[in-house]
Amino acid sequence: MTRPAPATAAAGTGTGPPPAARRVRRSLAPYAYVAPFFTLFAAFGLFPLLYTAFVSLHRVELQTPGVMEWRGLDNYTALFSDSYFWTALRNTFTIGVLSTVPQLAMALGLAHLLNRRLRARTFFRTAVLLPYATSVAAATLVFAQLFGRDFGIVNQLLALAGIGPVDWQTGTVASQLAVSSIVVWRWTGYNALIYLAGMQSIPSELYEAAELDGASGWRQFVHVTLPGLRPTIVFTTVVSTIGATQLFGEPLLFEGSVSGGISHQYQTLGLYLYEQGWGFFHLGRAAAIAWVMFLLILILVGANAFLVRSRSRKEAVR
Amino acid sequence: MPTARAAATTGIRAGTPTALARGVALRLGAVALAGALLTACGSGAQPEDAAAGAGAKVTVTVDLFGSFGYKEAGLYAEYEKLHPGVTVKQTDTEDEQDYWKSLQTRLAGGGGLADVQGIEVGRIAAVTQQQADRFEDLNAYGAGALRSSFADAKWSAATTKDGKVLGLGTDVGPEAMCYRRDLFEKAGLPTGREELAAQWSTWEGYLELGRRYRDHAPDKSAWLDSVGSLYAVMTGQEKERYYDAAGALVYETNPAVRTAWNTSVRAAQDGLSAKLDQWSAPWNQAFAAGSFATLPCPAWMLGYIKGQAGDAGAGKWDVAALPGGAGNWGGSYLAVPRAAKHKKEAYALIQWLTAPEQQARLFEKQGSFPSSTGAIAKVADVKDSYFSDAPTGRIFGDAAKAAPVQVLGAADKTIADQITNALSEVERKGTASDKAWENARKGVRNATG
Repeated sequence: MTRPAPATAAAGTGTGPPPAARRVRRSLAPYAYVAPFFTLFAAFGLFPLLYTAFVSLHRVELQTPGVMEWRGLDNYTALFSDSYFWTALRNTFTIGVLSTVPQLAMALGLAHLLNRRLRARTFFRTAVLLPYATSVAAATLVFAQLFGRDFGIVNQLLALAGIGPVDWQTGTVASQLAVSSIVVWRWTGYNALIYLAGMQSIPSELYEAAELDGASGWRQFVHVTLPGLRPTIVFTTVVSTIGATQLFGEPLLFEGSVSGGISHQYQTLGLYLYEQGWGFFHLGRAAAIAWVMFLLILILVGANAFLVRSRSRKEAVR
Repeated sequence: MPTARAAATTGIRAGTPTALARGVALRLGAVALAGALLTACGSGAQPEDAAAGAGAKVTVTVDLFGSFGYKEAGLYAEYEKLHPGVTVKQTDTEDEQDYWKSLQTRLAGGGGLADVQGIEVGRIAAVTQQQADRFEDLNAYGAGALRSSFADAKWSAATTKDGKVLGLGTDVGPEAMCYRRDLFEKAGLPTGREELAAQWSTWEGYLELGRRYRDHAPDKSAWLDSVGSLYAVMTGQEKERYYDAAGALVYETNPAVRTAWNTSVRAAQDGLSAKLDQWSAPWNQAFAAGSFATLPCPAWMLGYIKGQAGDAGAGKWDVAALPGGAGNWGGSYLAVPRAAKHKKEAYALIQWLTAPEQQARLFEKQGSFPSSTGAIAKVADVKDSYFSDAPTGRIFGDAAKAAPVQVLGAADKTIADQITNALSEVERKGTASDKAWENARKGVRNATG
């Protein structure tokens, strides 16, 4: 596949291709190599993105997808006065914080433990990745059972401690905690392994030096491990933020409700998009929400990058 | 989310050589998995197509929701015996809301449709008004001759203005009240169906009995499964609900909707409900646990109760006439989408399934009440041993005769779903009635606007 075309090869017999042709070929080759990826990306990434933008400017119903009625930016302006949209935005943020912060903190602790000399180290390292290998659907359905109001094991355990049954589906805080716990369970091990990889690239001399200076284990963690892990932490934060913004499967399957509970109490943006598009069949509005989410993620990632850059610049000055 | 995390794999690469190797391995694994899935799909599709080409064997696919009970009643097996070479394959989604979403997506995409699709009566107006071009006009297959054998209202609801017949009626949903004899006994309530029917001849009487039950009930057992089901049967007793006869949206001002709402709110505030969400997993579990003593039941619910309560529930349940008069909740149609692969065979199957003999048998075994007039006459004397030998043929037959012919609208189900959600807020969170009603209106505007 990577051999040069026979015609060019024949033309160059004996003397070899003229330098100019060779230069052209060499400069074109990289493009040819990346072309397959970008063809696929154009078909399955770029085109849907642009077509979604096109759809978001129309009134389109799933039941009659052929009929498109121009609405301009009305779908977007309607979102600003749509209280369900703001609820979903707020829920996405709170569930995002409730799931990302404990997830990354626990992953960091877990990685620190796994980084020590342990018996059966490989076993533990593999074990923490297992939740990641479970499907969202399976994990969520099991968690929904655990968090059942009448027959759930969580409430049974709470009852042992004398705490009355919690309605994990109906309460705003309770339901968001329950949904977040699924995310935390699934992704903690995954992040722990990424942190572990980062920790292993920190030179051991730094720890030896710290030990000579009489630094305790905790101080070593704070002053050697954490700074060394900075790029890794930034990376996991960015990825988790994107993941949290797109959160969908867990809240959808938690009760099987597209409205994210009876009062939309745990409806995320992704779920609201789905409710508009596939619950109410308003594809135009759903497309507008999709684009708002896209822009939101761009802003979040941009802000993240900006913060990181300004911090490293400050440190460089120091 | 998976896409974002996949990008992370490439991210590790910047780290160490071992991480690079791991990244590559992960990606290779993903490719292998995708390949395996593709081949799995491919091999699944091929033999069937080949067989259809030979003309010897046909697999007719049927996609349904809830519990139609054809398989349970052995009707597919019998059809396959009568028609050698035909195999019937059924898929089933428990919750009609999920089913409808997936059906609409497939109709819009034009692929993945079964040869026979079930349609709930709350959706049939949407189909005849908006999607007539997506389904076969069954007149082309000779359905016209069947008209006289179906109840008039059932037939006309699936007929478009220009006379296309888009579905054949399966069952109707005459309503009654199912109750647990054993739990009633424990709470010191009468258990005779005639006596109960007299005591709860009005909804007021039903709530009064409920309060008595609440005060003497066994632990963890409520009078009613959810106020949503109470609301649903009550609106089933009305001719006009969300639309008037002229097709205008009137749910906000319709006193009938308001009465059903108020009664449901009172049931919630009096603590009569087990606060369950119908069709959810906890609701299913509650059948076996005896979490509720009464369940407003359209005829098709009998099959569902049998399925969920199982053999242990046999003889514990009974059926009495519904408080407040006769009504209808649900009932369905079978339709053949334009995009179906085996239309002729599909029509032959639905004609057979909806014929009087099969409808009558389905009622005897599963409880789905026939929409075919011939079948209704046949089942008048049926008793159901599971339900303490209740004369279900007579109870549901009377209800079917007296039930009003309802005005159907395209957004019936959507509106009902939003109102039921708001009622759950009253029931489970103690939201004030007015606030919840406001939420329901807001939800309906958001859904239909």
